[in-house]
Amino acid sequence: MATTSDAANDTANEPYVLNIGPQHPSTHGVFRLRVVMDGEVIRDLDMIVGYLHRSMEKLAEERTYTQNIPFTDRADYLAAMSNNLGLCLAVERLAGVEVPERASYLRVIFAELQRIASHAMANGTLVSDAGAWQTPLLYMFREREKILDLFEMTCGARLTTNYMRIGGVAFDPPPEFWPALQELVDELPARIDEYASLVQDSEIFLARTRNVGVITAADAINGSLVGPALRGSGVPWDLRKAEPYCVYDRMEFEVPVGRHGDVYDRFMVRMEETRQSTAIIKQAMAQIPGGPHKTDIPLALRPPAGEVYGRVEGPRGELGFYLVSDGTPAPYRFHIRAPSLINLSLLREMAVGVSLPDAVVALGSLDIIVGDIDR
Amino acid sequence: MAARLGAALPGAVTRATDEWVEVVPERVQEALRWLRDSEEFDAAQLSDLTAVDRHTHFEVVYHLQSLDLNHQVVVKAIVGDHEAPALPSAYPVYKGALLQEREVYDLMGIRFADHPDLRRLFLWEGFPGHPLRKDFLGIGGGQTSGLRRFPNEDRADPDRQMNRDNLTSQEMPREAGGHGSEHVASGGH
Repeated sequence: MATTSDAANDTANEPYVLNIGPQHPSTHGVFRLRVVMDGEVIRDLDMIVGYLHRSMEKLAEERTYTQNIPFTDRADYLAAMSNNLGLCLAVERLAGVEVPERASYLRVIFAELQRIASHAMANGTLVSDAGAWQTPLLYMFREREKILDLFEMTCGARLTTNYMRIGGVAFDPPPEFWPALQELVDELPARIDEYASLVQDSEIFLARTRNVGVITAADAINGSLVGPALRGSGVPWDLRKAEPYCVYDRMEFEVPVGRHGDVYDRFMVRMEETRQSTAIIKQAMAQIPGGPHKTDIPLALRPPAGEVYGRVEGPRGELGFYLVSDGTPAPYRFHIRAPSLINLSLLREMAVGVSLPDAVVALGSLDIIVGDIDR
Repeated sequence: MAARLGAALPGAVTRATDEWVEVVPERVQEALRWLRDSEEFDAAQLSDLTAVDRHTHFEVVYHLQSLDLNHQVVVKAIVGDHEAPALPSAYPVYKGALLQEREVYDLMGIRFADHPDLRRLFLWEGFPGHPLRKDFLGIGGGQTSGLRRFPNEDRADPDRQMNRDNLTSQEMPREAGGHGSEHVASGGH
């Protein structure tokens, strides 16, 4: 007996390698972590990505700007509308295309619906990571489902919508869209309160998320964090305020920020942002004018030679498109600044020295989408 | 901005336009640090780091953002060596460069000196070549990659009225004014 016990003690002091993923619920997609563990504590962490790499940036160089819009759906597949919007705004700036006012309002409505749907997914899976397996997630799926119904009603697709066009949007929503949207925004505030009441005062959830995965404001800025990951650390930076695009300058909304930069703050920032998005949609519905939903652009669009860095505030933060045109129908260089990838810059620093379950929750709070990481 | 940067770091700025400033690649880290720390520019965050292959050289492009002053600064470094491009890493200045430089190294093959962990990001070690380079998988017959014309641009019947309603999925209309009989097989432009 004494010998076995000694042997057990020897191995207890020896670090071991733990492989998480690529197929694992806590990695939110095909994403792999190679973790060096000392008991329950992480000593080193390496992320291995690329399982979903489709080389979109290379493929885009052989396709016209309009043909590239469906790629953006598949980059961040939980925020297809925001990704469409980012590319269209960048191309419009590059080619000097004007967008009708109605189209700008429709873009705001759909981008905010997408934000609510994406945040519901992010917070739902985070609660799952924290141990409340599936039940809160399915609550949060309920309204996401209604939003996807609205997308389907308008453009025929639920996930890869391909709805925005250079110069506007593809379709004007059908008549039955508006009553359904009204019903949704009327019930959303009460639903969001219900979700919040499910978890925000739960002792277990607080124990799993308070003071876990803390990122200081200085680190968040220096580490290029964006979106709720940056705002959770108390930095009130939102491109919808800083650089208003579409008609966001006519909307009244607040930019919620956290105080401690922990997982709980990032969760609450997303929760509050869904309330603000609901308010934005209500204002847009009240203000939306009639008129065309799309400008006619030459189908053979050849933007003049030059470059542009267009960006929008997607659900995960700054989503940028760096396009270089040489005057041909296809971009010479097509680069997507993917918030999911760049938000992982501090992952190793966050994870080293903490326990594995805390690192899983910290990763969940960054809200990564593997399609967006790999592109 | 170019004037201020040039005054602070003599010889670092090679060229400036209204939109961006070009710096000597060897001094890019120094320039980024100065821009980050200067009160006037306050470029606190590295928004985006990427590169463009210009056949003979690479452009490494840095989009910097001041969160307090709400303005953007664009810095470019022109790396002349197309065979073995290299320049100093931005990581000592911005931690946010960690994964972005790995991505550029993986897909463009540009090496960043002082990067703490310069490995391929998406592709595996040993993958042949760097896919985002323009000469990756060269196309024969004098062609270069890219799309110079619209598909079926001159195969469509010129007399047929082309508009959105009568297009088939195989057809794109000829551009207003047309593009003559310029042909892909003749080697593009």
